[in-house]
Amino acid sequence: MRKPVYLDYAATTPVDPAVADQMADCLTRDGRFANPASRSHLYGWQAEEAVERARLQVAELINAEGREVIWTSGATEADNLALKGVMQAAGSGHLVVSAIEHKAVLDTAGWLEQQGFDVTRVKPDQSGRVAVEQVARALREDTRLVSVMHVNNEVGTVNDVAAIGALCREQGVLFHVDAVQSVGRLPIDVAAMQIDLLALSAHKMYGPKGIGALYIRRGLTPRPQAQIHGGGHEQGYRSGTLATHQCVGMGAAAELARQHLECEPARVAELRDRLWDGIRDLPGVQLNGHPTARACGHLNVGFAGQDGEALMLALRELAVATGSACTSASMEPSFVLRAMGVPDALAHASLRFSLGRYTTEEEIEFAIGHIRQVVTSLSQAAV
Amino acid sequence: MVKKSISGKGYSMRNKDLIYFDYQATTPVSDEVLRRMQPYFAESFANPHSSDHALGWHSATVVERSAQQIASFIGADGDEIIFTSGATESNNLAILGLAKRAARMNSPRKRLLCSAIEHKCVLSAGRALEDQYGFTLDLIPVDQNGLIVPSELDRLLGEDVLLVSIMAVNNEVGSIQDITRLSEAIRGCGAVFHCDAAQAPIAIPLESLAAQVDMLSLSGHKMYGPKGIGCLYICRDLQDQIEPLIYGGGQQNGIRSGTLPTPLCVGFGAAAEYMSSPMASEKRAELRARRDRFVDMLVDLPWSGELYGGGLENRHPGNISFGFKGFDAQDVLGALQPNLAASTGSACTSGIAEPSHVLKAIGLSTEQAESAIRFSIGFETSDSAIDHAVELLDQALKRLSSVQR
Repeated sequence: MRKPVYLDYAATTPVDPAVADQMADCLTRDGRFANPASRSHLYGWQAEEAVERARLQVAELINAEGREVIWTSGATEADNLALKGVMQAAGSGHLVVSAIEHKAVLDTAGWLEQQGFDVTRVKPDQSGRVAVEQVARALREDTRLVSVMHVNNEVGTVNDVAAIGALCREQGVLFHVDAVQSVGRLPIDVAAMQIDLLALSAHKMYGPKGIGALYIRRGLTPRPQAQIHGGGHEQGYRSGTLATHQCVGMGAAAELARQHLECEPARVAELRDRLWDGIRDLPGVQLNGHPTARACGHLNVGFAGQDGEALMLALRELAVATGSACTSASMEPSFVLRAMGVPDALAHASLRFSLGRYTTEEEIEFAIGHIRQVVTSLSQAAV
Repeated sequence: MVKKSISGKGYSMRNKDLIYFDYQATTPVSDEVLRRMQPYFAESFANPHSSDHALGWHSATVVERSAQQIASFIGADGDEIIFTSGATESNNLAILGLAKRAARMNSPRKRLLCSAIEHKCVLSAGRALEDQYGFTLDLIPVDQNGLIVPSELDRLLGEDVLLVSIMAVNNEVGSIQDITRLSEAIRGCGAVFHCDAAQAPIAIPLESLAAQVDMLSLSGHKMYGPKGIGCLYICRDLQDQIEPLIYGGGQQNGIRSGTLPTPLCVGFGAAAEYMSSPMASEKRAELRARRDRFVDMLVDLPWSGELYGGGLENRHPGNISFGFKGFDAQDVLGALQPNLAASTGSACTSGIAEPSHVLKAIGLSTEQAESAIRFSIGFETSDSAIDHAVELLDQALKRLSSVQR
């Protein structure tokens, strides 16, 4: 068993070996390394073919058409393109986001607010769920866009995006979903869920870092405004040379995710529940997030009475997170837990365990023993 | 030119037997660079921003080392390197980022200058600022060699100019600008100097370039590194004057949010290290010699041909822009498929059938511009590949002329 045991799959996942093989085939002189925008030679056509095949693989995973998938450098860029693109194209108006979105959505919404757009942040309930009724209440005459994540990155709570999608469609408001944490873990059907824009990241689904995609429903009005200008790639939505190996990697990862969707989430959830069962009787332990409507790999646990920092340091055999990886440079307690009503002291003493494709029973048994031992000895030291 | 449908069973032909003369569109990743990237896909894969565990710290260290390698390559410090998804994003960040912030701060400088032969992404970022933020974009003319005319730059410069963006090395005709001289003029009037150096690493040593400009864009895949990564050097004093393009998470001092792709950073860093090495200088010299020989052979063909742009001296050592009188470049390139890969110019403008703005700016007629083929050879190009390419060209021109007559 490799140590530390990696329980931070929500921050990033390793590239699946089958994916890495396909990527390696698109890098060097004897592979398909060309610029996919090179229209004048076979090398370029080969690269373009690889990129377009990958686009279809991603589209198939979310039940979209290939031309509705726009490559980006990752989900952060995709979220930026969705929010800024739609709001700037509209010119003015109101934006609704949930208060526990990823920073890619919240910071972008904050910037739009500075630019003169109105923003409403909808609070979640105690389990981290954003209720459709709350979203309905936030809607205004001039609301242009609603952005609610499918699965929260810190606590794993699943939102009923189909219900929110139905509401938005009925009200004539566009609906954006950050699906970074749900893709490959839950089925996504942009048509059935009535989603207009959807952000994906490859490196959370066993693909490479540095690539993501934005689904933009065909014929969307207003047409989102480009944020990166240039050669007019990606139907003008996003300029810049496509990174063949990166697209191929994301496509291959999407194909694998689709194949694994039937069995993998259940297996991961079982291990996750075993981890919880193994530590839930420790004094002061409580679950953050929804007991059942939760993505398969997530387990966010508060250790009441413990010092979060000390706990982290003592759990040196495990790689886990205190909050979203992207905000962990700051010492503020998690804004997600705060918004759910978790007191600051407990939020500081909360850890996110996240499991994935390569997590083994052995690792979970080891983690349980390690956590029990550390928590017990820290509690004794405190007394 | 008839393009093969991309549907169906795909191309079975392997590339080994084919000649690739489109290194300015993209370079393959060198074997050594790939070897250095490989451990970071599936083994040391942790998120470099995961500050809670040792696996994340390791990734962060690796990313910093890569930034340092790139910084050394251009004569900057590691914390002045902002990673992006590529040179297009870098150029957008430099131009939009500076201008949007300046507009918000009510700066009296409302004019932007860029050369008439910039990459499309520089021109369209400038146009977007004209449309959305009330800036004026003026194009600095170039001479027939593709070089900025200093007196024209002086005429356009003034106290109201915010930013001047000039590429170090042109992607179509390979002209190499005198950055030192341009820098003096631009800084003399207090404007910010941005330099798109995407095509420069193969062409010239860059170790003192950062000192002469305020911002500088690089691309991994034009220097034997991976696609999907580039950087913007922003001199330290300017960093708080750049409005981000991408928000969320505050990575890279908040200038560019988003998870850094460790393997791509490593590959880019390794490529920069290689390009800084004495071996790269040798390769540059060899490349130049081969290119010169190739031009001689083209001129010697029994077809009337012409080298476009400047002479061979002050030109990217792998670049040739060449036209055969009476032959459309698209037809020639089509007739060469699948054996020899070259292009009509920038890959990024492909799909739009209009004559290149670069070739027009250096004063070519439409007929000349339509005949221009860009051959760009690379470090791996062998003498025999050049011999073979010349033969293939001769045959293609023969075939085309028999069809035409």
